[in-house]
Amino acid sequence: MSLQTMIQELAAGMLVSVKIFVCTLVFSLPLGMVLCFGRMSKWWPVRILTKFYISVMRGTPLMLQLLVVYFGPFFIFGIKITPGYRLTATYIGFAINYAAYFAEIFRAGIESIPVGQYEAAKILGYSRGQTFLHIILPQMVKRVLPPVTNETITLVKDTSLAFALAVTEMFTTAKQIVAAESSMVPFIIAALFYYVFNLLVAMVSEALEKKLSYYR
Amino acid sequence: MSLLEISHIRKNFEGLEVLKDISLRVEQGQVVAIIGPSGSGKSTLLRCCTGLETADGGTISYTGSFGLVFQNFNLFPHYSVLKNIMDAPLRVQKRPKKEVREQAESLLGKMGLSEKADAYPYQLSGGQQQRVSIARALALNPQILFFDEPTSALDPELTGEILKVIKELAAEHMTMVIVTHEMNFARNVADYIVFMDQGVIAEEGTPKELFHSANPRMQEFLRKFEEM
Ligand SMILES: Nc1ncnc2c1ncn2[C@@H]1O[C@H](COP(=O)(O)OP(=O)(O)OP(=O)(O)O)[C@@H](O)[C@H]1O
Ligand SMILES: [Mg+2]
Repeated sequence: MSLQTMIQELAAGMLVSVKIFVCTLVFSLPLGMVLCFGRMSKWWPVRILTKFYISVMRGTPLMLQLLVVYFGPFFIFGIKITPGYRLTATYIGFAINYAAYFAEIFRAGIESIPVGQYEAAKILGYSRGQTFLHIILPQMVKRVLPPVTNETITLVKDTSLAFALAVTEMFTTAKQIVAAESSMVPFIIAALFYYVFNLLVAMVSEALEKKLSYYR
Repeated sequence: MSLLEISHIRKNFEGLEVLKDISLRVEQGQVVAIIGPSGSGKSTLLRCCTGLETADGGTISYTGSFGLVFQNFNLFPHYSVLKNIMDAPLRVQKRPKKEVREQAESLLGKMGLSEKADAYPYQLSGGQQQRVSIARALALNPQILFFDEPTSALDPELTGEILKVIKELAAEHMTMVIVTHEMNFARNVADYIVFMDQGVIAEEGTPKELFHSANPRMQEFLRKFEEM
């Protein structure tokens, strides 16, 4: 196999990896915010429930969660699983797992905002919604950027776990080519792919951090 | 006309009686200083008056609106000085931008901070931050302004600049209730002084009456200040 075909085949896998990455971020960030609200809710049943959810999601392997999401509909509801569901199940599994991590990061961010900010807002007449949206959220975003970046870097590498559902993301393809061609090159390309991908993530994060550095 | 009437306020924190039956009236244009030893309940009283705490009993009635200046400023760090002042009038009171901007600029001028309009709070000294927070409170045109130890987070040199601003406000007949440890300031600026001790108003009156009071707790409190 020529290097060019190798790269072509790997590129198809890369596209899948990138898709998993983007979908996970797009869904898990807002879902994490919702979970964070649940975790901080004034109703204790909501609080306990989200806390339990988060601890299960963080306390069990992502690979196992992917399998549960994929096979669950059949074993629990008897719904016939189609192969097309593989990728969807991967998106769902990643999103609900990463949302749990993001929820805890967001909560720590919100709780790190001094209570004086809420008190000042209250005295000035801001509603609860205005206080969160205009006073707390912008400060929270700045504070959670470093831990969110860490999670995002982990996510880039975690996309390879999609092989558990036989989704042919990049790393699965790399392994197949290595076995068939007895060549290490696909692994080197794979390593480069993850590395460059994370370099980009770090660059975006740095740019955002710089954009938010106008205040302390 | 009385702008604020507090009657028989009580407040407990987990069984600790912090305020025991406090009653107080604040008249329009009056400057009331609240003094007293640490832990006597001064901050708790202000927090009950401003709705940051809910009293366990008693009533608080207002004529008009109020503002509060915090000991540690609590400016919004992500807003520029000008935005800190303009945001609540625009967002909460929904006043026209042009008018709010003119008022904010004039308040900044009054505070001697016109060049700092576009600065962010972290770029200011403590005294400057406190002046911005006073301007922020004034921008909502409150009828009463509460201060909780507005100078105690500041170096002595910076304390003077805040006291000067408060004095100027007093000269304009702004109604103010000020918790302070600055005895000379209380004596010179306040029309009425309230001495709190262990959750009650132990003594109250004009500065003259208070500083010549026969109350032993008051005398002991004043003596501690003279020693400092
Ligand atoms: N949120 C709270 N929970 C429990 N106890 C509190 C709380 N806030 C205040 N206290 C207690 O109430 C008492 C009065 O506190 P407060 O802050 O009103 O005193 P202060 O007169 O303002 O004192 P200082 O001059 O030191 O500011 C103190 O014993 C304090 O420990
Ligand atoms: Mg206090």
